[in-house]
Amino acid sequence: MAEVFDRVKEIIVDKLDVEESKVTMEASFKDDLDADSLDVVELVMELEDEFDMEIADEEAEKINTVGDAVNYINSTQG
Amino acid sequence: MLKDKVALVTGASRGIGRAIALELASQGAHVVVNYAGSEAKAQAVVEEIEAMGCKACKIQADVSSEDSVKQMVKETMTELGGLDILVNNAGITKDNLLMRMKEDEFDQVINTNLKGVFLCTKAVTRQMMKQRAGKIINVASIVGVSGNPGQANYVAAKAGVIGLTKTTAKELASRNILVNAVAPGFISSDMTDALTEEQKENMLAMIPLARLGTPEDVARVVGFLASANADYITGQTIHIDGGMVM
Repeated sequence: MAEVFDRVKEIIVDKLDVEESKVTMEASFKDDLDADSLDVVELVMELEDEFDMEIADEEAEKINTVGDAVNYINSTQG
Repeated sequence: MLKDKVALVTGASRGIGRAIALELASQGAHVVVNYAGSEAKAQAVVEEIEAMGCKACKIQADVSSEDSVKQMVKETMTELGGLDILVNNAGITKDNLLMRMKEDEFDQVINTNLKGVFLCTKAVTRQMMKQRAGKIINVASIVGVSGNPGQANYVAAKAGVIGLTKTTAKELASRNILVNAVAPGFISSDMTDALTEEQKENMLAMIPLARLGTPEDVARVVGFLASANADYITGQTIHIDGGMVM
């Protein structure tokens, strides 16, 4: 769990150029991390590569917060 | 100009697509020659490009099928290791008067000529976004601007391509992906060769430059849009029609 969060955090910090401290499970990409819609699409792409998985468009649309992303990845990495 | 860039040209086995593939290769690009049915002709284009010292391969794919398009882009990445330029050229015609046009004739042309552009663009965007660079050039048609009796399906698709070009250009500009269209007028081809003398004369009367265009006339503009010379142009449709529609 913690490991997934750390890997996700690293990608977010790198891609969105935000302070590490702002990346919490509750943080919303658009409201708290200044991401636009295209940034979120791009992040999902990066996560797919990092975790070697495919996130369907319907699932990707539900990812609004850092926690959504972490929980989704955890749910598939059983 | 395009040394070691990788280009994917759809419908590149003959006509305008073939001329575009050769033009990009003449500028140093490695080219994937996509084709639907004419494998022998596609192979001939591949050999011409290889003779110019560039890498080339042919990939059969139906641009109106998402699975087929995804597979083609995947193969492109494996074969040539990147993707810098996409030219959406593949197209078909099923001409008929509106009153006689079958639903199926409408659907087929929209699926290949418009949906195909959407699917190919979507499939390459991932790679281009990562690269923070890319050029997409859509081959529309002047009739998409002017309308043309007997081509309701084709005209609707080509006008759609022009709109799609503008939207894609706006969506992807922040990632340095530039999207433009060309709108060829009457270009000499198997299709125009089959016209009667009278039809040809009527056609020429509408063209201020008083000649048909050649596939190379179109290819050179595509080559320009693909090059760094056009790095401040996006969302545009360039008419290549001898001045027919201004």
